[in-house]
Amino acid sequence: MADIRTNIAGLQMVNPVMTASGTFGYGLEFADLVDLSQIGGIIMKGTTLNPREGNDYPRMAETASGMLNCVGLQNKGVDYFCEHIYPKVKEIPSNMIVNVSGSSPDDYAACAARINELDAIPAIELNISCPNVKQGGMAFGVTTEGASQVVKAVRKVYDKTLIVKLSPNVTSIADIARSVEDAGADAVSLINTLMGMSIDIERRKPRLSINTGGLSGPAVKPVAVRCVWQVAKAVQIPVIGLGGIMSAEDAIEFFMVGASAIEIGTGNFIDPAISVKVAQGISNWLDCHHLESLHDIIGII
Amino acid sequence: MGNMKQCKDLKIVAVEHPNDGYVLLKLTDTEPLPAVRAGQFVEIKVDNSPQTFLRRPISVNFVDEDCNELWLLIQIVGEGTRQLSRLQVGDMLNVLFPLGNGFMQGVAGERVLLVGGGVGIAPLLEYAKQLKQVGATPYLLLGGRSANNLLQLDLFSKYGEVYVTTEDGSMGEQGFVTNHSILETYNSQLSTLNSQLFQRISCCGPKPMMMAVARWAKQHQVRCEVSLENLMACGLGACLCCVEKTVKGNVCVCKEGPVFDINELTWQI
Repeated sequence: MADIRTNIAGLQMVNPVMTASGTFGYGLEFADLVDLSQIGGIIMKGTTLNPREGNDYPRMAETASGMLNCVGLQNKGVDYFCEHIYPKVKEIPSNMIVNVSGSSPDDYAACAARINELDAIPAIELNISCPNVKQGGMAFGVTTEGASQVVKAVRKVYDKTLIVKLSPNVTSIADIARSVEDAGADAVSLINTLMGMSIDIERRKPRLSINTGGLSGPAVKPVAVRCVWQVAKAVQIPVIGLGGIMSAEDAIEFFMVGASAIEIGTGNFIDPAISVKVAQGISNWLDCHHLESLHDIIGII
Repeated sequence: MGNMKQCKDLKIVAVEHPNDGYVLLKLTDTEPLPAVRAGQFVEIKVDNSPQTFLRRPISVNFVDEDCNELWLLIQIVGEGTRQLSRLQVGDMLNVLFPLGNGFMQGVAGERVLLVGGGVGIAPLLEYAKQLKQVGATPYLLLGGRSANNLLQLDLFSKYGEVYVTTEDGSMGEQGFVTNHSILETYNSQLSTLNSQLFQRISCCGPKPMMMAVARWAKQHQVRCEVSLENLMACGLGACLCCVEKTVKGNVCVCKEGPVFDINELTWQI
Protein backbone atom coordinates (compact mmCIF):
# COMPACT_ATOMS: atom_id res chain seq x y z
CA MET A 1 0.00 0.00 0.00
CA ALA A 2 1.36 3.36 -1.02
CA ASP A 3 1.94 5.92 1.71
CA ILE A 4 -0.56 8.74 1.31
CA ARG A 5 -0.16 10.31 4.72
CA THR A 6 0.36 14.01 4.30
CA ASN A 7 1.75 16.90 6.28
CA ILE A 8 0.67 20.41 5.38
CA ALA A 9 2.63 22.99 7.33
CA GLY A 10 2.51 20.91 10.48
CA LEU A 11 -0.96 19.52 9.90
CA GLN A 12 -0.74 15.72 10.04
CA MET A 13 -3.34 14.06 7.84
CA VAL A 14 -4.17 10.37 7.27
CA ASN A 15 -4.52 11.17 3.59
CA PRO A 16 -4.35 14.26 1.37
CA VAL A 17 -8.10 14.60 0.93
CA MET A 18 -9.96 17.38 2.69
CA THR A 19 -13.53 18.58 2.35
CA ALA A 20 -14.02 22.14 1.15
CA SER A 21 -15.71 24.83 3.19
CA GLY A 22 -19.40 25.31 2.60
CA THR A 23 -19.88 21.87 1.11
CA PHE A 24 -19.60 19.63 4.16
CA GLY A 25 -21.31 21.64 6.89
CA TYR A 26 -19.55 20.97 10.17
CA GLY A 27 -18.91 17.33 9.28
CA LEU A 28 -21.77 16.27 11.57
CA GLU A 29 -24.26 16.42 8.70
CA PHE A 30 -22.33 13.63 6.95
CA ALA A 31 -21.60 11.47 9.99
CA ASP A 32 -24.21 8.85 9.03
CA LEU A 33 -22.82 8.54 5.53
CA VAL A 34 -19.04 8.52 5.72
CA ASP A 35 -16.32 7.55 8.21
CA LEU A 36 -15.07 11.02 9.15
CA SER A 37 -11.81 9.61 10.56
CA GLN A 38 -10.86 8.62 7.01
CA ILE A 39 -10.91 12.22 5.79
CA GLY A 40 -7.60 14.08 6.00
CA GLY A 41 -9.20 17.34 7.05
CA ILE A 42 -12.65 18.84 7.28
CA ILE A 43 -12.88 22.53 6.51
CA MET A 44 -16.03 23.76 8.15
CA LYS A 45 -18.52 26.35 6.96
CA GLY A 46 -17.25 29.93 6.63
CA THR A 47 -17.36 31.71 9.98
CA THR A 48 -17.44 35.45 10.57
CA LEU A 49 -17.05 37.63 13.65
CA ASN A 50 -20.74 38.54 13.63
CA PRO A 51 -23.75 36.44 12.55
CA ARG A 52 -24.74 36.70 8.90
CA GLU A 53 -28.09 35.82 7.35
CA GLY A 54 -26.58 35.37 3.89
CA ASN A 55 -28.26 36.32 0.64
CA ASP A 56 -31.88 35.85 -0.35
CA TYR A 57 -33.19 32.73 -2.03
CA PRO A 58 -32.63 31.60 -4.77
CA ARG A 59 -29.00 30.93 -4.02
CA MET A 60 -28.26 28.10 -6.38
CA ALA A 61 -28.45 27.35 -10.08
CA GLU A 62 -27.42 24.12 -11.71
CA THR A 63 -25.18 24.61 -14.74
CA ALA A 64 -23.40 22.37 -17.24
CA SER A 65 -21.16 20.10 -15.14
CA GLY A 66 -21.45 22.35 -12.15
CA MET A 67 -23.44 24.83 -10.16
CA LEU A 68 -23.55 28.47 -9.19
CA ASN A 69 -24.15 29.55 -5.62
CA CYS A 70 -24.56 32.85 -3.86
CA VAL A 71 -25.07 31.70 -0.29
CA GLY A 72 -23.21 34.73 1.05
CA LEU A 73 -21.52 33.29 4.14
CA GLN A 74 -24.65 32.55 6.17
CA ASN A 75 -23.44 31.60 9.65
CA LYS A 76 -24.22 32.34 13.27
CA GLY A 77 -20.94 34.05 14.06
CA VAL A 78 -17.79 32.96 15.86
CA ASP A 79 -19.24 33.18 19.38
CA TYR A 80 -22.02 30.77 18.46
CA PHE A 81 -19.44 28.52 16.83
CA CYS A 82 -17.27 28.45 19.94
CA GLU A 83 -20.17 27.87 22.33
CA HIS A 84 -22.47 25.56 20.42
CA ILE A 85 -20.68 23.94 17.49
CA TYR A 86 -17.14 23.48 18.76
CA PRO A 87 -18.22 21.20 21.65
CA LYS A 88 -19.85 18.90 19.09
CA VAL A 89 -17.07 18.86 16.51
CA LYS A 90 -14.04 18.71 18.78
CA GLU A 91 -14.39 14.94 19.18
CA ILE A 92 -14.49 14.27 15.43
CA PRO A 93 -11.33 12.28 14.65
CA SER A 94 -10.15 14.40 11.71
CA ASN A 95 -8.43 17.75 11.36
CA MET A 96 -11.29 20.13 12.01
CA ILE A 97 -10.43 23.40 10.33
CA VAL A 98 -12.41 26.62 10.50
CA ASN A 99 -12.84 28.74 7.39
CA VAL A 100 -12.64 32.37 8.52
CA SER A 101 -14.09 35.32 6.65
CA GLY A 102 -14.65 38.97 7.39
CA SER A 103 -15.36 42.42 6.05
CA SER A 104 -12.24 44.17 7.37
CA PRO A 105 -8.74 43.05 8.45
CA ASP A 106 -9.76 43.71 12.06
CA ASP A 107 -12.82 41.45 11.65
CA TYR A 108 -10.70 38.64 10.26
CA ALA A 109 -8.18 39.03 13.06
CA ALA A 110 -10.80 39.13 15.82
CA CYS A 111 -12.47 36.01 14.48
CA ALA A 112 -9.14 34.20 14.05
CA ALA A 113 -8.09 35.16 17.57
CA ARG A 114 -11.18 33.47 18.98
CA ILE A 115 -10.49 30.31 16.97
CA ASN A 116 -6.86 30.37 18.12
CA GLU A 117 -8.09 29.59 21.64
CA LEU A 118 -9.74 26.34 20.58
CA ASP A 119 -7.38 23.42 21.24
CA ALA A 120 -9.04 20.98 18.85
CA ILE A 121 -8.85 23.33 15.86
CA PRO A 122 -5.34 22.91 14.44
CA ALA A 123 -5.70 25.33 11.53
CA ILE A 124 -7.80 27.97 9.87
CA GLU A 125 -8.44 28.62 6.22
CA LEU A 126 -8.67 32.33 5.58
CA ASN A 127 -11.29 33.09 2.98
CA ILE A 128 -10.20 36.14 1.02
CA SER A 129 -12.03 34.94 -2.04
CA CYS A 130 -15.79 34.68 -1.44
CA PRO A 131 -17.47 36.22 -4.51
CA ASN A 132 -20.88 36.51 -2.84
CA VAL A 133 -20.55 39.23 -0.23
CA LYS A 134 -20.62 42.95 -0.88
CA GLN A 135 -17.96 43.93 1.64
CA GLY A 136 -14.75 42.09 2.25
CA GLY A 137 -14.51 38.53 0.99
CA MET A 138 -13.12 38.57 -2.49
CA ALA A 139 -12.39 42.30 -2.31
CA PHE A 140 -9.28 41.45 -0.29
CA GLY A 141 -8.27 38.54 -2.44
CA VAL A 142 -8.05 40.36 -5.76
CA THR A 143 -5.17 42.69 -4.95
CA THR A 144 -1.76 41.83 -3.55
CA GLU A 145 -2.06 44.72 -1.08
CA GLY A 146 -5.49 43.65 0.22
CA ALA A 147 -4.48 40.02 0.53
CA SER A 148 -1.28 40.90 2.31
CA GLN A 149 -3.05 43.27 4.71
CA VAL A 150 -5.55 40.64 5.86
CA VAL A 151 -2.97 37.89 6.22
CA LYS A 152 -0.63 40.14 8.22
CA ALA A 153 -3.46 41.14 10.57
CA VAL A 154 -4.39 37.52 11.18
CA ARG A 155 -0.83 36.27 11.44
CA LYS A 156 -0.27 38.60 14.41
CA VAL A 157 -3.00 36.90 16.44
CA TYR A 158 -3.04 33.37 15.04
CA ASP A 159 -0.16 31.02 15.79
CA LYS A 160 -1.33 27.69 14.37
CA THR A 161 -1.46 26.58 10.74
CA LEU A 162 -2.72 29.41 8.56
CA ILE A 163 -4.06 28.44 5.16
CA VAL A 164 -5.18 31.20 2.81
CA LYS A 165 -7.84 30.43 0.19
CA LEU A 166 -7.29 32.24 -3.07
CA SER A 167 -9.65 33.54 -5.71
CA PRO A 168 -9.25 32.67 -9.39
CA ASN A 169 -11.00 35.92 -10.32
CA VAL A 170 -7.69 37.76 -10.68
CA THR A 171 -5.19 38.68 -13.36
CA SER A 172 -2.29 36.86 -11.74
CA ILE A 173 -3.04 34.34 -9.03
CA ALA A 174 0.69 33.68 -8.64
CA ASP A 175 1.25 37.30 -7.58
CA ILE A 176 -1.50 37.03 -4.94
CA ALA A 177 -0.02 33.75 -3.70
CA ARG A 178 3.43 35.32 -3.35
CA SER A 179 1.98 38.23 -1.42
CA VAL A 180 0.22 36.00 1.11
CA GLU A 181 3.33 33.85 1.47
CA ASP A 182 5.36 36.98 2.23
CA ALA A 183 2.69 38.08 4.71
CA GLY A 184 3.10 34.89 6.72
CA ALA A 185 0.69 32.29 5.32
CA ASP A 186 1.69 28.67 6.01
CA ALA A 187 -0.15 27.28 2.99
CA VAL A 188 -2.51 28.35 0.23
CA SER A 189 -5.63 26.63 -1.03
CA LEU A 190 -7.09 27.27 -4.46
CA ILE A 191 -9.32 27.82 -6.23
CA ASN A 192 -12.41 29.36 -4.69
CA THR A 193 -15.35 29.62 -7.07
CA LEU A 194 -15.27 31.50 -10.36
CA MET A 195 -17.71 34.35 -10.58
CA GLY A 196 -20.50 33.49 -12.98
CA MET A 197 -24.06 34.23 -13.97
CA SER A 198 -27.04 32.35 -15.39
CA ILE A 199 -30.29 33.63 -16.83
CA ASP A 200 -33.79 32.20 -16.78
CA ILE A 201 -34.74 33.30 -20.29
CA GLU A 202 -38.49 32.71 -19.84
CA ARG A 203 -38.63 34.91 -16.76
CA ARG A 204 -35.99 37.20 -18.31
CA LYS A 205 -34.19 37.36 -14.99
CA PRO A 206 -30.97 36.08 -13.42
CA ARG A 207 -31.40 32.74 -11.71
CA LEU A 208 -29.65 33.96 -8.55
CA SER A 209 -31.03 36.53 -6.14
CA ILE A 210 -27.94 38.74 -6.29
CA ASN A 211 -27.47 38.19 -10.05
CA THR A 212 -24.00 36.65 -9.86
CA GLY A 213 -22.58 33.70 -7.97
CA GLY A 214 -19.64 31.37 -7.68
CA LEU A 215 -19.24 28.56 -10.20
CA SER A 216 -18.01 25.20 -8.92
CA GLY A 217 -17.98 21.59 -10.02
CA PRO A 218 -16.18 19.76 -12.85
CA ALA A 219 -16.76 22.74 -15.15
CA VAL A 220 -14.01 24.68 -13.33
CA LYS A 221 -11.43 21.92 -13.01
CA PRO A 222 -9.17 22.89 -15.92
CA VAL A 223 -9.02 26.46 -14.62
CA ALA A 224 -8.18 25.14 -11.15
CA VAL A 225 -5.43 22.86 -12.42
CA ARG A 226 -3.89 25.76 -14.32
CA CYS A 227 -4.04 28.01 -11.24
CA VAL A 228 -2.44 25.38 -9.00
CA TRP A 229 0.32 24.84 -11.54
CA GLN A 230 1.07 28.57 -11.66
CA VAL A 231 0.96 29.01 -7.89
CA ALA A 232 3.02 25.91 -7.08
CA LYS A 233 5.78 27.31 -9.28
CA ALA A 234 5.59 30.69 -7.54
CA VAL A 235 5.66 29.84 -3.83
CA GLN A 236 7.60 27.64 -1.43
CA ILE A 237 4.70 26.97 0.97
CA PRO A 238 2.41 23.96 0.41
CA VAL A 239 -0.42 24.30 -2.07
CA ILE A 240 -3.83 22.68 -1.52
CA GLY A 241 -5.69 22.19 -4.80
CA LEU A 242 -9.41 22.22 -5.33
CA GLY A 243 -11.91 22.81 -8.06
CA GLY A 244 -14.22 20.21 -9.54
CA ILE A 245 -12.52 17.09 -8.20
CA MET A 246 -14.86 14.11 -8.59
CA SER A 247 -12.41 11.20 -8.73
CA ALA A 248 -8.94 10.03 -7.73
CA GLU A 249 -7.80 10.68 -11.30
CA ASP A 250 -8.93 14.29 -11.00
CA ALA A 251 -7.02 14.59 -7.73
CA ILE A 252 -3.86 13.18 -9.28
CA GLU A 253 -3.88 15.93 -11.89
CA PHE A 254 -3.68 18.41 -9.03
CA PHE A 255 -0.81 16.53 -7.35
CA MET A 256 1.14 16.41 -10.58
CA VAL A 257 0.95 20.18 -10.98
CA GLY A 258 2.18 20.72 -7.44
CA ALA A 259 -0.63 20.31 -4.91
CA SER A 260 0.38 18.58 -1.67
CA ALA A 261 -3.24 17.97 -0.72
CA ILE A 262 -6.64 18.49 -2.27
CA GLU A 263 -10.11 19.54 -1.21
CA ILE A 264 -13.38 18.18 -2.48
CA GLY A 265 -16.30 20.56 -2.55
CA THR A 266 -19.29 20.27 -4.82
CA GLY A 267 -18.57 16.55 -5.26
CA ASN A 268 -19.85 16.00 -1.72
CA PHE A 269 -23.32 16.89 -2.97
CA ILE A 270 -23.26 14.15 -5.57
CA ASP A 271 -21.70 11.47 -3.36
CA PRO A 272 -21.51 12.14 0.38
CA ALA A 273 -18.74 9.53 0.70
CA ILE A 274 -16.69 10.82 -2.24
CA SER A 275 -13.79 12.05 -0.09
CA VAL A 276 -13.05 8.61 1.32
CA LYS A 277 -13.48 7.00 -2.10
CA VAL A 278 -11.05 9.47 -3.68
CA ALA A 279 -8.51 8.85 -0.91
CA GLN A 280 -8.75 5.11 -1.49
CA GLY A 281 -8.53 5.68 -5.24
CA ILE A 282 -5.34 7.73 -4.89
CA SER A 283 -3.75 4.91 -2.94
CA ASN A 284 -4.87 2.36 -5.51
CA TRP A 285 -3.56 4.46 -8.39
CA LEU A 286 -0.16 4.75 -6.76
CA ASP A 287 -0.09 0.99 -6.15
CA CYS A 288 -1.00 0.30 -9.77
CA HIS A 289 1.87 2.50 -10.89
CA HIS A 290 4.28 0.89 -8.42
CA LEU A 291 4.82 4.10 -6.53
CA GLU A 292 5.46 4.01 -2.79
CA SER A 293 4.50 7.52 -1.91
CA LEU A 294 2.33 10.37 -3.01
CA HIS A 295 5.47 12.51 -2.98
CA ASP A 296 6.64 10.65 -6.06
CA ILE A 297 4.09 12.53 -8.16
CA ILE A 298 3.74 15.90 -6.45
CA GLY A 299 4.90 18.70 -8.72
CA ILE A 300 6.30 16.52 -11.48
CA ILE A 301 4.89 18.88 -14.09
CA MET B 1 -35.32 10.84 13.90
CA GLY B 2 -33.80 7.53 14.89
CA ASN B 3 -33.00 6.28 11.45
CA MET B 4 -29.60 6.84 9.97
CA LYS B 5 -29.29 8.36 6.56
CA GLN B 6 -28.07 6.00 3.88
CA CYS B 7 -26.63 6.41 0.41
CA LYS B 8 -26.98 3.24 -1.58
CA ASP B 9 -28.04 1.59 -4.80
CA LEU B 10 -31.62 0.41 -4.77
CA LYS B 11 -32.98 -1.95 -7.37
CA ILE B 12 -35.88 -0.94 -9.57
CA VAL B 13 -38.59 -3.58 -9.44
CA ALA B 14 -41.32 -1.73 -11.32
CA VAL B 15 -41.55 1.22 -13.68
CA GLU B 16 -45.07 2.45 -14.35
CA HIS B 17 -46.12 5.24 -16.67
CA PRO B 18 -49.55 6.42 -15.50
CA ASN B 19 -49.47 8.85 -18.45
CA ASP B 20 -46.91 10.79 -20.52
CA GLY B 21 -46.22 13.27 -17.75
CA TYR B 22 -45.26 10.93 -14.91
CA VAL B 23 -43.25 7.88 -13.99
CA LEU B 24 -43.71 5.76 -10.89
CA LEU B 25 -40.54 3.96 -9.80
CA LYS B 26 -40.76 1.15 -7.25
CA LEU B 27 -37.44 0.41 -5.56
CA THR B 28 -36.28 -2.35 -3.29
CA ASP B 29 -33.21 -3.43 -1.40
CA THR B 30 -31.73 -6.71 -0.24
CA GLU B 31 -31.96 -5.39 3.33
CA PRO B 32 -35.09 -4.00 4.96
CA LEU B 33 -35.58 -0.38 3.93
CA PRO B 34 -35.29 2.15 6.76
CA ALA B 35 -38.44 3.54 8.31
CA VAL B 36 -39.54 6.66 6.44
CA ARG B 37 -41.77 9.34 7.89
CA ALA B 38 -44.38 10.62 5.48
CA GLY B 39 -43.13 13.87 3.99
CA GLN B 40 -39.48 12.85 4.04
CA PHE B 41 -37.67 12.78 0.72
CA VAL B 42 -34.81 11.14 -1.14
CA GLU B 43 -32.09 12.58 -3.38
CA ILE B 44 -31.46 10.44 -6.41
CA LYS B 45 -28.44 10.41 -8.65
CA VAL B 46 -29.26 10.73 -12.31
CA ASP B 47 -26.86 8.80 -14.50
CA ASN B 48 -26.41 9.26 -18.25
CA SER B 49 -27.62 12.81 -18.09
CA PRO B 50 -24.86 15.18 -19.23
CA GLN B 51 -27.13 18.20 -18.96
CA THR B 52 -27.74 17.70 -15.25
CA PHE B 53 -25.26 17.54 -12.43
CA LEU B 54 -26.93 17.52 -9.04
CA ARG B 55 -29.08 14.86 -7.44
CA ARG B 56 -32.84 15.23 -7.79
CA PRO B 57 -34.88 15.60 -4.60
CA ILE B 58 -38.04 13.50 -4.80
CA SER B 59 -40.66 12.98 -2.11
CA VAL B 60 -41.46 9.49 -0.90
CA ASN B 61 -44.79 8.54 -2.46
CA PHE B 62 -45.40 5.30 -0.59
CA VAL B 63 -43.62 2.63 1.39
CA ASP B 64 -44.87 -0.90 0.89
CA GLU B 65 -43.53 -2.62 4.00
CA ASP B 66 -44.81 -6.05 2.96
CA CYS B 67 -42.88 -5.98 -0.32
CA ASN B 68 -39.97 -3.87 1.07
CA GLU B 69 -40.63 -1.28 -1.63
CA LEU B 70 -40.13 2.47 -1.74
CA TRP B 71 -42.23 4.28 -4.36
CA LEU B 72 -41.27 7.52 -6.08
CA LEU B 73 -43.88 9.25 -8.21
CA ILE B 74 -41.99 11.61 -10.49
CA GLN B 75 -43.35 14.31 -12.77
CA ILE B 76 -41.28 14.59 -15.92
CA VAL B 77 -40.29 18.26 -16.10
CA GLY B 78 -36.73 18.42 -17.42
CA GLU B 79 -33.70 16.49 -18.57
CA GLY B 80 -33.03 14.84 -15.20
CA THR B 81 -36.54 13.55 -14.67
CA ARG B 82 -36.73 12.52 -18.35
CA GLN B 83 -33.69 10.30 -17.81
CA LEU B 84 -35.33 8.85 -14.71
CA SER B 85 -38.43 8.05 -16.77
CA ARG B 86 -36.27 5.91 -19.08
CA LEU B 87 -35.09 3.60 -16.30
CA GLN B 88 -36.06 -0.03 -16.59
CA VAL B 89 -36.86 -2.84 -14.24
CA GLY B 90 -33.61 -4.30 -12.93
CA ASP B 91 -31.67 -1.02 -13.16
CA MET B 92 -30.05 0.31 -10.01
CA LEU B 93 -30.72 3.79 -8.73
CA ASN B 94 -28.41 5.51 -6.22
CA VAL B 95 -30.54 6.97 -3.46
CA LEU B 96 -29.61 9.22 -0.52
CA PHE B 97 -32.32 8.90 2.12
CA PRO B 98 -34.36 9.39 4.21
CA LEU B 99 -33.95 13.17 4.30
CA GLY B 100 -35.67 16.01 6.10
CA ASN B 101 -38.48 15.98 8.59
CA GLY B 102 -41.87 14.67 7.66
CA PHE B 103 -45.38 15.80 8.29
CA MET B 104 -46.72 15.92 11.86
CA GLN B 105 -47.10 12.56 13.53
CA GLY B 106 -50.75 11.57 13.52
CA VAL B 107 -52.74 11.16 16.69
CA ALA B 108 -55.53 8.61 17.12
CA GLY B 109 -58.94 10.17 16.64
CA GLU B 110 -57.83 13.36 14.89
CA ARG B 111 -59.23 14.38 11.53
CA VAL B 112 -56.73 15.80 9.09
CA LEU B 113 -57.33 17.41 5.71
CA LEU B 114 -54.52 16.61 3.28
CA VAL B 115 -54.43 19.09 0.42
CA GLY B 116 -52.34 18.23 -2.62
CA GLY B 117 -51.76 19.99 -5.89
CA GLY B 118 -50.16 18.51 -9.00
CA VAL B 119 -47.24 16.22 -8.22
CA GLY B 120 -47.42 17.55 -4.64
CA ILE B 121 -50.09 14.92 -4.21
CA ALA B 122 -47.39 12.23 -4.16
CA PRO B 123 -46.22 12.34 -0.51
CA LEU B 124 -49.79 12.54 0.75
CA LEU B 125 -50.43 8.90 -0.15
CA GLU B 126 -47.89 7.68 2.40
CA TYR B 127 -49.16 10.25 4.89
CA ALA B 128 -52.77 9.13 4.46
CA LYS B 129 -51.63 5.57 5.08
CA GLN B 130 -49.62 6.49 8.19
CA LEU B 131 -52.49 8.59 9.58
CA LYS B 132 -54.94 5.74 9.12
CA GLN B 133 -52.46 3.32 10.75
CA VAL B 134 -52.41 5.36 13.97
CA GLY B 135 -56.19 5.71 14.05
CA ALA B 136 -56.48 9.21 12.63
CA THR B 137 -58.88 10.05 9.82
CA PRO B 138 -57.40 11.63 6.70
CA TYR B 139 -59.53 13.48 4.17
CA LEU B 140 -57.97 14.07 0.79
CA LEU B 141 -58.50 17.24 -1.20
CA LEU B 142 -56.56 16.84 -4.42
CA GLY B 143 -56.29 19.36 -7.21
CA GLY B 144 -54.77 19.37 -10.69
CA ARG B 145 -54.92 21.21 -13.97
CA SER B 146 -56.89 18.32 -15.40
CA ALA B 147 -57.76 14.69 -14.69
CA ASN B 148 -54.33 13.70 -16.12
CA ASN B 149 -52.63 15.25 -13.09
CA LEU B 150 -54.66 13.29 -10.57
CA LEU B 151 -53.04 9.94 -10.06
CA GLN B 152 -53.46 7.04 -7.65
CA LEU B 153 -56.99 8.07 -6.66
CA ASP B 154 -57.93 4.44 -6.14
CA LEU B 155 -55.10 4.07 -3.63
CA PHE B 156 -55.99 7.29 -1.83
CA SER B 157 -59.57 6.15 -1.42
CA LYS B 158 -58.35 3.17 0.64
CA TYR B 159 -57.30 5.57 3.37
CA GLY B 160 -59.90 8.31 3.36
CA GLU B 161 -62.58 10.24 1.52
CA VAL B 162 -61.27 11.87 -1.63
CA TYR B 163 -62.38 15.28 -2.94
CA VAL B 164 -61.13 16.48 -6.29
CA THR B 165 -60.84 19.74 -8.17
CA THR B 166 -59.53 20.34 -11.67
CA GLU B 167 -58.92 23.68 -13.31
CA ASP B 168 -60.50 22.48 -16.56
CA GLY B 169 -63.37 20.68 -14.90
CA SER B 170 -62.39 17.31 -16.37
CA MET B 171 -62.79 15.68 -12.96
CA GLY B 172 -64.43 16.67 -9.68
CA GLU B 173 -65.32 20.26 -9.02
CA GLN B 174 -63.99 22.89 -11.40
CA GLY B 175 -61.53 25.40 -9.96
CA PHE B 176 -58.70 25.43 -7.43
CA VAL B 177 -58.59 23.36 -4.26
CA THR B 178 -59.52 26.43 -2.25
CA ASN B 179 -62.73 26.71 -4.31
CA HIS B 180 -63.89 23.23 -3.30
CA SER B 181 -67.26 23.11 -1.56
CA ILE B 182 -65.84 21.41 1.54
CA LEU B 183 -63.80 24.55 2.17
CA GLU B 184 -66.50 26.94 0.97
CA THR B 185 -68.97 25.54 3.46
CA TYR B 186 -66.49 25.33 6.32
CA ASN B 187 -67.27 27.95 8.90
CA SER B 188 -65.16 28.03 12.02
CA GLN B 189 -67.46 30.57 13.67
CA LEU B 190 -70.54 28.41 13.55
CA SER B 191 -69.14 24.94 14.12
CA THR B 192 -67.77 23.49 17.28
CA LEU B 193 -64.47 21.65 16.93
CA ASN B 194 -66.15 18.28 17.15
CA SER B 195 -68.58 18.96 14.37
CA GLN B 196 -65.91 20.20 11.98
CA LEU B 197 -64.86 17.90 9.19
CA PHE B 198 -61.18 18.35 10.00
CA GLN B 199 -59.01 19.89 12.72
CA ARG B 200 -55.83 20.61 10.85
CA ILE B 201 -54.39 20.75 7.34
CA SER B 202 -51.25 19.33 5.75
CA CYS B 203 -50.51 20.64 2.30
CA CYS B 204 -48.11 19.93 -0.55
CA GLY B 205 -48.16 21.49 -3.99
CA PRO B 206 -47.11 24.50 -6.04
CA LYS B 207 -46.26 27.54 -3.90
CA PRO B 208 -49.19 29.75 -5.06
CA MET B 209 -51.60 26.94 -4.19
CA MET B 210 -49.98 26.37 -0.80
CA MET B 211 -50.14 30.09 -0.08
CA ALA B 212 -53.83 30.10 -0.93
CA VAL B 213 -54.42 27.15 1.39
CA ALA B 214 -52.31 28.80 4.10
CA ARG B 215 -54.33 32.01 3.73
CA TRP B 216 -57.55 30.05 4.05
CA ALA B 217 -56.22 28.22 7.12
CA LYS B 218 -55.14 31.44 8.76
CA GLN B 219 -58.52 33.08 8.14
CA HIS B 220 -60.32 30.08 9.58
CA GLN B 221 -57.84 29.59 12.42
CA VAL B 222 -57.01 26.07 11.39
CA ARG B 223 -53.53 24.73 12.06
CA CYS B 224 -51.72 24.21 8.77
CA GLU B 225 -48.39 22.77 7.66
CA VAL B 226 -46.94 23.01 4.17
CA SER B 227 -44.19 21.06 2.40
CA LEU B 228 -41.76 23.30 0.49
CA GLU B 229 -39.69 22.36 -2.52
CA ASN B 230 -37.00 25.03 -2.71
CA LEU B 231 -34.17 24.32 -5.14
CA MET B 232 -31.57 22.33 -3.29
CA ALA B 233 -28.14 20.83 -3.78
CA CYS B 234 -26.88 18.67 -0.91
CA GLY B 235 -30.12 17.65 0.84
CA LEU B 236 -28.20 17.41 4.13
CA GLY B 237 -28.14 20.97 5.44
CA ALA B 238 -24.56 21.58 4.37
CA CYS B 239 -24.68 23.87 1.35
CA LEU B 240 -27.31 26.33 2.65
CA CYS B 241 -28.75 26.80 -0.84
CA CYS B 242 -32.39 25.85 -0.22
CA VAL B 243 -33.08 28.34 2.54
CA GLU B 244 -36.51 29.69 3.39
CA LYS B 245 -37.01 32.84 5.44
CA THR B 246 -38.64 31.92 8.73
CA VAL B 247 -39.32 33.63 12.03
CA LYS B 248 -35.95 32.14 13.11
CA GLY B 249 -34.10 33.54 10.08
CA ASN B 250 -32.96 31.64 6.99
CA VAL B 251 -33.18 27.90 7.51
CA CYS B 252 -32.50 24.95 5.21
CA VAL B 253 -35.65 23.45 3.76
CA CYS B 254 -33.83 20.13 3.32
CA LYS B 255 -32.90 19.76 6.98
CA GLU B 256 -35.33 21.87 9.03
CA GLY B 257 -38.17 21.14 6.59
CA PRO B 258 -39.36 20.39 4.04
CA VAL B 259 -42.53 20.60 6.14
CA PHE B 260 -43.16 23.82 8.07
CA ASP B 261 -46.04 25.09 10.16
CA ILE B 262 -47.28 28.21 8.35
CA ASN B 263 -46.69 30.21 11.54
CA GLU B 264 -42.95 29.53 11.21
CA LEU B 265 -42.85 31.08 7.75
CA THR B 266 -42.82 34.75 6.80
CA TRP B 267 -45.27 34.43 3.91
CA GLN B 268 -47.39 37.51 3.34
CA ILE B 269 -50.79 35.85 3.67
